[in-house]
Amino acid sequence: MDLNILWFILITVLFAGFFFLEGFDFGVGILLPFLGKNDQERRVIINTIGPHWDGNEVWLITAGGAMFAAFPNWYSTLFSGFFLALFLVLVSLIIRGVAFEFRSSDSSPLWRSTWDWMIFTGSFLSALLWGVAMTNLVKGVPIDAKMQYVGTFFDLLSPYAIVGGLTTLLVFMFHGALFLSLKTTGEMAKRASKAAQSIALVAIPIVIVLAILTYLQTDIFASLGAGITLVSSGVALILAFFLIRSHKVGWAFIMNGLTILLFTLSLFWGLFPRVIVSSLDMKWSLTIYNASSSPYTLKIMTIIALVMVPIVLLYQGWTYWVFRNRVTEKNLHY
Amino acid sequence: MTELILSRLQFAVITSYHFMFVPLTLGLGVLVAMMETWYVKTGNEIYKKMTKFWGKLFLINFAMGVVTGIVQEFQFGMNWSEYSRFVGDIFGAPLAIEALVAFFLESTFLGLWVFGWDKLSKKVHLITIWIVAISSNISAFFILVANSFMQEPVGYILRNGRAEMTDFLAVITNPHVIYQFPHTVLSGFVTAGFFVMGVSAYHILKKNHLDVFRRSFHIAVVFGLISTLGVAGVGHLQGMHLVKSQPMKMAAAEAHWETENPAGLSLYASIDEQGKKNNFEIQIPSMLSFLSYNSFTGEVKGIHELQNTAVQEYGPGNYVPPVASLFWSFRIMLTAGMWLVLMAMLGLYFYKTKAYEKKALFLKLLLWTIPVPYIANIAGWFLAEVGRQPWIVYGLQRVEHGVSTSVSMLSMLIAFVGFMLVYIALAVADVYLMVKFIKKGPEVANKDEHLNSEVKGASLWT
Repeated sequence: MDLNILWFILITVLFAGFFFLEGFDFGVGILLPFLGKNDQERRVIINTIGPHWDGNEVWLITAGGAMFAAFPNWYSTLFSGFFLALFLVLVSLIIRGVAFEFRSSDSSPLWRSTWDWMIFTGSFLSALLWGVAMTNLVKGVPIDAKMQYVGTFFDLLSPYAIVGGLTTLLVFMFHGALFLSLKTTGEMAKRASKAAQSIALVAIPIVIVLAILTYLQTDIFASLGAGITLVSSGVALILAFFLIRSHKVGWAFIMNGLTILLFTLSLFWGLFPRVIVSSLDMKWSLTIYNASSSPYTLKIMTIIALVMVPIVLLYQGWTYWVFRNRVTEKNLHY
Repeated sequence: MTELILSRLQFAVITSYHFMFVPLTLGLGVLVAMMETWYVKTGNEIYKKMTKFWGKLFLINFAMGVVTGIVQEFQFGMNWSEYSRFVGDIFGAPLAIEALVAFFLESTFLGLWVFGWDKLSKKVHLITIWIVAISSNISAFFILVANSFMQEPVGYILRNGRAEMTDFLAVITNPHVIYQFPHTVLSGFVTAGFFVMGVSAYHILKKNHLDVFRRSFHIAVVFGLISTLGVAGVGHLQGMHLVKSQPMKMAAAEAHWETENPAGLSLYASIDEQGKKNNFEIQIPSMLSFLSYNSFTGEVKGIHELQNTAVQEYGPGNYVPPVASLFWSFRIMLTAGMWLVLMAMLGLYFYKTKAYEKKALFLKLLLWTIPVPYIANIAGWFLAEVGRQPWIVYGLQRVEHGVSTSVSMLSMLIAFVGFMLVYIALAVADVYLMVKFIKKGPEVANKDEHLNSEVKGASLWT
């Protein structure tokens, strides 16, 4: 296996980790105004992700850095090509990030509700746009022979991409509701569990539509592995729904986590060895070879990543252990 | 306006804005960690109060640094994609390492610190804030490694139409970063030192929580003085290095048009940028030679000669950065620095003689000195980045060749205006919160303490 493949796998892992982790905190952010009936409840909701959201977001920053370091042409073409979409993602991440920190710093109801809506809007837009971006990568976008994006912002909003956006939106909401149900007690946990069931009922048909459109509009299913993972991802979602219906919250959360991981895996698997598909001419697609860094840089980065990634996993895992207890209104100290 | 100008403007604004928050994070993290160390060592609750009060201000500031930092990482690809293609093989590495090594540590352990007061032992809790403080400084190192490649490319070869890395060790031990890193980090310490001094001075004036603010003042004045002297010392060494590595930047910063030996230092110059000369200047003879070589003789090359050399080396073109703005930003930085050295020395003297609590004017001056390090920081970066013009990578790529070619003017304008609106709103909220918590003092930051009661939480799986 050459290092180009290794780095493609690593970036897949980083995005999968990002969607798994930040997925639930996007979901929690979206559900905040609906499940939190008063200020105390909203603080409980925010505190379930309080210690984690920033660390979760670093998965994205690292994925971005890894793309830049290992596949500079992927980074350059994608970020300049998806310019406005990325601008919206950045604004969303900014407003929800400061909102987590700022909302409890003033007790005026207007102040708090403003930031709560920022958390909602930022989480909602991010959750939606990531699906749009990911599905566009596999569907193909107009890339010319010089690796330049020649379309417009609206070319990114094809029906397929919008279904992709709705998929991540709903799956992340489901993920967030399950997480909340795990991390809270009593009435709140029940409310979150009920919300999870209703969200899943909408998410399942959307995912099925997405799978059909993927079959019709992309070549993902040409790769047997990618096809199987995509279908398995849908199956995991349905299982998660049945698990939450029988009140096995922890297992439902794991199962839906699996949905997200498999979904991400299937998209990247279907993409491989390309990194962005050109809709104009297949041979203009960016691949892990024509978009990559030099072998020397890949080697250096591989050594650093192989040392650092396990360490990061260890201490991030440890924080989830430290904050393993449920958040109640009695232990809201922040 | 063109895409180029708009992208440059956006980069300047977004980066300067980000750097309004970073220096305070670098220094205040260390100060808060020191305060908590004293708390753990002595068990004195006053230090805990201090830690929480300054910690709250640290957090507000930190959040702004984090969210504006995300844009920082992505805007290279968005607005400067041709630059990113050209240097990605080298420039991407420190960015990825920064995230892997520093950002993960910083954000994860900050979460532990904030939410872990009653979940971790005192010692482990103390370790978490030290990890936050140290990792934010490590992140400064890697981003400066990246910037240093733009200033002084090393460890590369031009191949496949781009700069490719040949020596990683050379890239991370770039002579430029050896000076730039301590200079930048110490300016962060200065910023935090004067922030804590100024806020403490305000409360001492009002006779609020003297137990907390006397101690804060003491820590900050010592920390601030050492750091201020350090910045100045490193700055001198850095200047000497820049005369060799980026002579045009330094010549422009001194409005030094003609090669001279010995060369005088202009304190004031009336610069005629069109006519490429100074109409009038006030000089200290031989001083520029001294600053360049630690010796009162020595030839310092002037802008005209450097322009001719550059034309021979790189072909026809204008290689002179904007002289007047560099000259003045350099002088703003230096004046601010001298003011800070003076204030820190006076502060320590008055503290030692125990006179400072009665010196109302001095305390007020300290409060009004809080913005001075910020001005120096921005002026310093202005010198570093504008002084690199017309290059985006010194000697290798010109700025106009780095800008994205696939992004329309309209898109850029939408993003620019959008970022500005969001940033202005955030600045208002940030300043409002900062001022509010500064004014209210330690108690408010701790008002939720009674909620800290022990709770037997259910485990995740029951």
